[in-house]
Amino acid sequence: MKVIKIDKKDWAGGLERSRNTYKLIGPVKEKDKDISSFKPLGKDMLPDLDVMATSVSPKSIVFPQEEVMLTYTTDESKEDCNLFKSHDKDYSPRAVIGIRPFDAAAFLLVKKNFDTPDYRDPYWCDAYEACTFIGLAINNPDSLDFSPSTKTGPFDTSGLDVLLVETEDSYLAQVVTEKGEAYLNAAGWENEAGNGVDKQIGDMKKAAETKITSSISYDKIKSKEILDLYNADFWDQASFACINCGTCTYVCPTCWCFDIQDETRGKKGIRTKAWDSCMFPLFTIHTTGHNPRGTKLQRVRQRFMHKLKYFMDKYDDGIMCVGCGRCIRSCPVNIDIRSICETMNNYEPAK
Amino acid sequence: MENPYLPYPVRIDDIQIATEDKSLKTFKFVFLNEEDEENFSYNAGQFAEVSIPGKGEIPIGIASSPVEKGFVMFTVFRAGAVTSHLHNMKVGDVMGIRGPLGNWYPWEMLEGKNILIVGGGFAFTTLRSSIIYMLDPANRSKFGNIDVVYGARTPGMLLYKDELVEWEKRDDINMHLTIDSPAEGWDYNVGFTPPVTELKAPKGDADTFAIVCGPPIMIKFTLPVLEKLGYSHDHIIMSLENRMKCGIGMCGRCNIGKELVCKDGPVFTLAELNKTPKEY
Amino acid sequence: MLGYIDKIRGISEKLLTEEKVDMVIGFKKGTIPMMNEPFVARNASEVKDFVWDSNCGINLANYLTDRKETIGIIAKGCDSRSIVNHIIENKITREQLIIIGVPCKGMIDHHEISSMFDTEITEVTENGSDIIVKGTDFEETLKKDSFLQKNCKVCVHRNPVIHDELVADMVDEQKDVDRFEEVNKIEVMSQEEKWNYFNDLLSPCIRCYACRNACPLCFCPTCFVDESKPQWVGKGPDPVDTRTFHFLRAYHMVGRCTDCGSCVRACPMGIDVRAFTKKSEKDCFELYGWEAGLSIDKRPALETFKQNDPEDFIK
Repeated sequence: MKVIKIDKKDWAGGLERSRNTYKLIGPVKEKDKDISSFKPLGKDMLPDLDVMATSVSPKSIVFPQEEVMLTYTTDESKEDCNLFKSHDKDYSPRAVIGIRPFDAAAFLLVKKNFDTPDYRDPYWCDAYEACTFIGLAINNPDSLDFSPSTKTGPFDTSGLDVLLVETEDSYLAQVVTEKGEAYLNAAGWENEAGNGVDKQIGDMKKAAETKITSSISYDKIKSKEILDLYNADFWDQASFACINCGTCTYVCPTCWCFDIQDETRGKKGIRTKAWDSCMFPLFTIHTTGHNPRGTKLQRVRQRFMHKLKYFMDKYDDGIMCVGCGRCIRSCPVNIDIRSICETMNNYEPAK
Repeated sequence: MENPYLPYPVRIDDIQIATEDKSLKTFKFVFLNEEDEENFSYNAGQFAEVSIPGKGEIPIGIASSPVEKGFVMFTVFRAGAVTSHLHNMKVGDVMGIRGPLGNWYPWEMLEGKNILIVGGGFAFTTLRSSIIYMLDPANRSKFGNIDVVYGARTPGMLLYKDELVEWEKRDDINMHLTIDSPAEGWDYNVGFTPPVTELKAPKGDADTFAIVCGPPIMIKFTLPVLEKLGYSHDHIIMSLENRMKCGIGMCGRCNIGKELVCKDGPVFTLAELNKTPKEY
Repeated sequence: MLGYIDKIRGISEKLLTEEKVDMVIGFKKGTIPMMNEPFVARNASEVKDFVWDSNCGINLANYLTDRKETIGIIAKGCDSRSIVNHIIENKITREQLIIIGVPCKGMIDHHEISSMFDTEITEVTENGSDIIVKGTDFEETLKKDSFLQKNCKVCVHRNPVIHDELVADMVDEQKDVDRFEEVNKIEVMSQEEKWNYFNDLLSPCIRCYACRNACPLCFCPTCFVDESKPQWVGKGPDPVDTRTFHFLRAYHMVGRCTDCGSCVRACPMGIDVRAFTKKSEKDCFELYGWEAGLSIDKRPALETFKQNDPEDFIK
């Protein structure tokens, strides 16, 4: 794979040059706070590459917490009264700088939901396609990173267009796709790294992987019956602590559930798509008041069954988790997907 | 590919009060753009999102039949914000419908088979669509015997009364209408749907399929009856309702296990449902 | 406080063995630093998992709402006050409960400690009044008293106000704290400064409702933000909707909030949600001499009326 060497002294300069073609998005740490998120990088703003996993995942880049899908007017004097219209959006090229490999890999999982043989969600897909992902390898994984267990990893390129590997004085940019190459050209970074760079990156990758201390196993879940896991007796204890907030689902890079809402101000209205959460009781409530997932146990079970069993059975491609550790870090009551996955994996129904 | 969230614009062409308590109304919609009707080509058993600007969307089974051209029809129970608003709308009003959505009763598989339809209350909409479809001269010969058990609380709560009367007169469909308790002028069955099914429905066999739609309580007591009559679980076809938003399998709320009711359903056989969590 | 653990396990084991309760609610050791998980033991063999340290900040009264069983519950000062609230608001009965009181010296502020270090904290342990924070490349000893949750710093009810068992002698209550110092700072701000202050405070909010759901007082069957008929508030991150949620929730806490700090502790974005509730706590205290959750025999401030209640605010 082609590797370009970017001198750190030319980092800011290259980013600036690329702005002629791309809007830049990157991790930003809030001043004096222990929180960070992906934001548009305004003029002179640089991505904060020390941030490991942002507090909230970068999924909002293609799946904003709330976005306008359609517009309408209820003004009867207008010809287009009560007609829905697609909302025009800007899908000009944008580069996501410093996204971590597990977060980029998450988009590939979520794509299975939004880009299907039957339907294509134009909002998610168009935004996704507008992005070039300039990822940053994780040299020092934190203790909650179990991404290698989920088929990604600290140097995984599967969701990326370019993988940057940080060394003392440079970034080694591994070109993964043509899209990535185009970005590097736009930034004016052209110096190919010399011989031995592949080994250098390979060694760093190995070093990073050995630093991973956290893992999960789900090898035995596939062969279990949905209903056996569903009816297992451990869900009561597993869900006890849950307070049914939406934190785990909101910070998660792979949680994709959403709500559709109309908002009218005066006579102008918008139909929006907004994050929703399977943790919320009203997520599934029928108009009659009947609620198929009315209890906390049912909702907690849904979240983990969806991620670790339903997804696996539906797509036959691993689990709906990239091992970023956010839900573990953010859960107010310390519900840990690693323990629950282990419980599910080891569960044997009573004969 | 077009935007699956964008409803087709439609005009309300006709509104009929469907039940004596006025809780249900039947709406006929015509497409503002002719080509949209072609795009909205559907099968009996599918549903659509009825879409009102500023109020939202609600999934409703399509009550008209693919063999009826020039309009689509929905019979709507007044329940939530969207349906309450819809009930107050007038002929000529413009709104949207989005679809057709979901799967349908397995018509290809049902060819050459006897069909038993069991319906209760206002869940008769897609069953009407199915009956009209099967009775269409072009289709009737494709099916064996057709039996229909349809129950409601009172005669006035039966949907599509004019058509029920028509069907009663025909000899290529066996109607078994029933109401909960005796009423003046009612010459048909009296009693809940399950016992009437037990009494009147044909026995189950390899060539006979049952399609069942109704309130949960009716389903609960009808399934054992069908089992008793010899219907195997893969010959019992049901249509589920769950809370839905997108209708295209993306928003994540309507799943039962790995199946999405809006896209993989709403039609499932009982054999399929036996394998999923009962989250409906 | 570590010495409490044996006592907690012993009492819980006895209660369960003698079938005095169906369950005991407490904490088990968390899987990450500065986090413990609320945990229920339903038989004596499970009590070995109970722990106690300075990371038990989540208010356990939250787990009592509308339960039908008989329950043993571990309660520090603020939990006990929220249990009182639960009893007077008919969310549980006194007879169902055996309250295992835990005199408390404060919980540590995990948000503050996390934000102090640039690299990850991998282990936090306690030794008396010291907290030892370790990372892969550092180790530092902190004085616990300086890193308490803000509500714990100004707490004047560290001892359980109601209890059936007690795991240790009562601790001295803090005397010389300015309970409303934070509110006073905001009160002297100009209107514009206040506006900016609260806007800035809420800007990271992602509307996950962790604050609401961690709150033992937020037990409405359907919260107003979730209502759809009518829909009072938009569901997205619009600042107006976000403010509406926090402001209205704060008003719903008046005369009920015990300043347990669960909301702040739970917030994944580290928002000091108490900035709203503390003001109402102050007003209730100064106007009506009312402190929530001190007695199951008194009705809350907003439920009672006295001839001489101040009414200056009615203009």
